[in-house]
Amino acid sequence: MHDHETLESGPSRRDFLQETGAVVAATALAGAATMESPAAELQPGTGGGIGPNAVKITLNVNGRDVQTSIEPRVTLLDALRNYLDVTGCKRVCDRATCGACTVMLDGKVVYACTVLAIEAQGRQIRTAESLYNDGKLDAVPAAFVRADAQQCGFCTPGFVVAMKAVLDANPQAAPAQVEKGLQGNICRCGTYEQMRDAIYALCNTKRGN
Amino acid sequence: MKNFTYFRPTTPEQAVTLLEARWGNTEMLAGGTDLLSLQKQYVAQPGRVVSLNGIAGLQTVVVGERSATLGAGVTLARIADHADLRRLFPALTAAAGDIGGPQIRNMGTLGGNLCQRNRCWYFRDEHSPCLLRGGQRCSAIEGENKYHAIFTANHRCVLASPSTLATGLIALGASAEILGPQNRRRTVELAKFFFAPTGPTEREHTLAANELMTSVTIPVRGLTNAAYEVRQRQSSDWPIVQVAVAFSGGRNGEKATGVKIVLSHVAPTPVIAEAAARAVDNRIITDATATAAGRAAVEGAKPLTQNGYKVRLVEVAVKRALMIAAGLPRYWEA
Repeated sequence: MHDHETLESGPSRRDFLQETGAVVAATALAGAATMESPAAELQPGTGGGIGPNAVKITLNVNGRDVQTSIEPRVTLLDALRNYLDVTGCKRVCDRATCGACTVMLDGKVVYACTVLAIEAQGRQIRTAESLYNDGKLDAVPAAFVRADAQQCGFCTPGFVVAMKAVLDANPQAAPAQVEKGLQGNICRCGTYEQMRDAIYALCNTKRGN
Repeated sequence: MKNFTYFRPTTPEQAVTLLEARWGNTEMLAGGTDLLSLQKQYVAQPGRVVSLNGIAGLQTVVVGERSATLGAGVTLARIADHADLRRLFPALTAAAGDIGGPQIRNMGTLGGNLCQRNRCWYFRDEHSPCLLRGGQRCSAIEGENKYHAIFTANHRCVLASPSTLATGLIALGASAEILGPQNRRRTVELAKFFFAPTGPTEREHTLAANELMTSVTIPVRGLTNAAYEVRQRQSSDWPIVQVAVAFSGGRNGEKATGVKIVLSHVAPTPVIAEAAARAVDNRIITDATATAAGRAAVEGAKPLTQNGYKVRLVEVAVKRALMIAAGLPRYWEA
């Protein structure tokens, strides 16, 4: 919905990408939807069953604790997008293959479509929204913008998060190591060459043939 | 996905009490990379999901002088990156590092890799007839079967065994520790763990529905070992053919003894290729003896209508796995 509002103002795609981050960051975590009430409290370790009705959960998203109420079957991806309005992670294949839903859990990339939201409690969830802070775009998405490393842009947040995770773990990573970190992401538009330009720029390496 | 009741036990014993004697209504959840996809396809429709992710102790790796024990919940990424495991068991760690992509390797676990369901597209399509979902026939035998088994004699279901860690672990002589009801513990060699299912009450392994795999133990015997995969894509997919080999000696002009050669993705279970092992056992591994082992490995293959090409891939993969283990030049790498 934020995407729609931003588009109507008619910015360039580049502006759109930068502004979207700002709009989402400002409002994404404001409200948590509730599905059913009353929701049972989740008490891990009791051996007792939870659900199938909605239960209250607390997720730490981009450094903030947020609460919502979900059924056990709801994936982290759907909880973020549909219950918490954190829409940077995208739902594409929904089968742990394409990488558009990539988020970090405790610093490691996972497919949010294939983690149950209930299991992501107590962990640090980090999405593409975290890469825009105080009006400043992180170096990874900024490199994407400069290299024009996206076409439709739907896969971009997943690629950006996966690339950020590699560089966070190893700031000295060589381009080949960064590329290996993107094995689990697919771009249907085929913007891999521009992404490679972005990678080489981030690694301060001149790109050969 | 059908909704379910979620359980989060904190000990293996508590987890086992939550399981049921028959497969179907209760499923174990670890990395979720297989189970959640099956649930979304309505192939798995559990009413109860028992998460193993709250159990401390399933994630430990202990490498000792005589054996290495890996908790069933250890992630594929940790196996792939573990320095001691890489040094001792490259057949295992290379396979782990080639699975899926970083996301899958961060999520998927050792136990889940060994117990994953097969990749047959008829099995995974709720609308196709499939013996394993209670159907009357196997759709793959006369259907689209280019990725299916080539060792098909006596098999009514022609799935290709999906685990890429099983191959190396069997070659290395590993065993799984299993916890059942009433605290009953058993150990099973992975060479005897897998099973060719023919119906909905069976799985691709011999774990009972009310048992939990807690760990895998690999003997440390100083074996020379390696794995080789033939892939269509470098990531995000299963290999088409995979081979693991292990033996004593076999490098620097020394004879290889106690040779084990294991094939995967070619039959409903991993295949221990005894004729291939005999072809190189007690011999020096050369291009010629490795080629002979490859030929012996496909004896008895009966491919389906579309997968005759896999026979040749097995021959070559056996040869290359032996040559990698023996430290011979990799002629296929430019």
